[in-house]
Amino acid sequence: MQKQQLKQLLEALLFVAEAPLSVAQLCDYLLEHGRDVSRKQVRETIDELQQDYQERGVQLQRVASGYRFQTRAELGGIIAGLWQEKPPRYSQALLETLALIAYRQPITRGDIEEIRGVSVSSQIMKTLQERGWVKVVGHREVPGRPQLYATTNEFLDYFNLTDLAELPAIPEPPTKATNAETAPKESENAQ
Amino acid sequence: MDAKTAAPQQQSLPLGFVRGEPVIEKPEDLYIPPDALELILESFSGPMDLLLYLIRRQKLEITELPILPITKQYMQYVDMMKELKLELAADYLVMAAMLAEIKSRMLLPRPPAEEDDEIDPRAELVRRLQEYEAIRQGAGYLDELPQAGRDHFVVHAETDAKEFVQQQLPDIALAELAVAFAQALAHAELQHHHQVQREKLSTRERMSRILDMLQNQQRLRFADLFTAAEGKQGVVVSFLAVLELVKEALIDVVQVDAFSEIHISTRGQVYAETTA
Repeated sequence: MQKQQLKQLLEALLFVAEAPLSVAQLCDYLLEHGRDVSRKQVRETIDELQQDYQERGVQLQRVASGYRFQTRAELGGIIAGLWQEKPPRYSQALLETLALIAYRQPITRGDIEEIRGVSVSSQIMKTLQERGWVKVVGHREVPGRPQLYATTNEFLDYFNLTDLAELPAIPEPPTKATNAETAPKESENAQ
Repeated sequence: MDAKTAAPQQQSLPLGFVRGEPVIEKPEDLYIPPDALELILESFSGPMDLLLYLIRRQKLEITELPILPITKQYMQYVDMMKELKLELAADYLVMAAMLAEIKSRMLLPRPPAEEDDEIDPRAELVRRLQEYEAIRQGAGYLDELPQAGRDHFVVHAETDAKEFVQQQLPDIALAELAVAFAQALAHAELQHHHQVQREKLSTRERMSRILDMLQNQQRLRFADLFTAAEGKQGVVVSFLAVLELVKEALIDVVQVDAFSEIHISTRGQVYAETTA
């Protein structure tokens, strides 16, 4: 297949696809339709397409589940006016809960409650699960067998990430206080 | 509020009412414009948030946690919340009780002999505050990330291709089906060999993935956790994830004999099997 033709085909496929497509999915699709193209070729062509779209209002973005076309992030505020619904604004409580699951996964409800000092609202967990951002990946083998939550690819897609490692770093959790090192300084006690 | 314009002898308007008493003087360590008060109180996402705010407002490090003044201020806020009839979650009272307990333990004289061994009563709270602050930071990062439906919109072209395709359904002979199946098998085989991932790898994500795999299979061969295509980095991340999962007591690593295959399973599985 000619280079130009492949580029056009990939562009069209990504445009009409209903969900992000990965390089592997594109290759499989092409092969199924009698066009044997290597992954390297597909990847390189997509890179070129991304370059072409660099300065455009619509961009070819890579997220966790593959490549998709999306509008430039800077335009969001204006474009959002097209629809009646306002873009969702997430509460601090929801963001903190989501951040705990994203950064400290796999994690139980109890862990979340301990750190936030508030009982986890069922509504928030329901929202997170309905959106497909978090899922149960197992149970901790302690009394009650609490469920362990983790984030999903949909979560990464939504926040424009390809991998969890792309999240901006936050400090590591402090170790459980057992010695003087983590304890506050004695001098501060006086008051 | 406009103390400068008011005549000095004029009684200034009360800033607010606490327990029915007008508050004319603003408390020194507690200054917030009264109209903003309700807004601020409602905006705390919980007792940890309030506590962190009180500490940060004094420009102190969490590790310095001055328990006496902070407890006092915290109680003032809780009282105000009651006064404003905000729905006072029990969580705030739990924290109040915890602060009071730490305070009383710090006031008690400690026997000199035990002094070295004793853990500072504040240590556990300090640890939680540090972790909470980190998570708050993470929540802020999440909020700033470009989000679908707010910052960028997924672009997708509508086509009527589906209807078109449906209109001309071809007859499929059994032989063609067989060919298609063979092809599918070939593709599956192909995909198997081409699992190349170039992204950076996260240990936390790998931990979740291993647990996810264990939901479908009772046990996994240790060797199956490693994908050669991921290279050295992938192997290291998988290994770290296993160590971390063991540390958090989420999985068991089992080897029956020396040099035999190592298996991993979810915690508790092994006991269930051996006792059965």
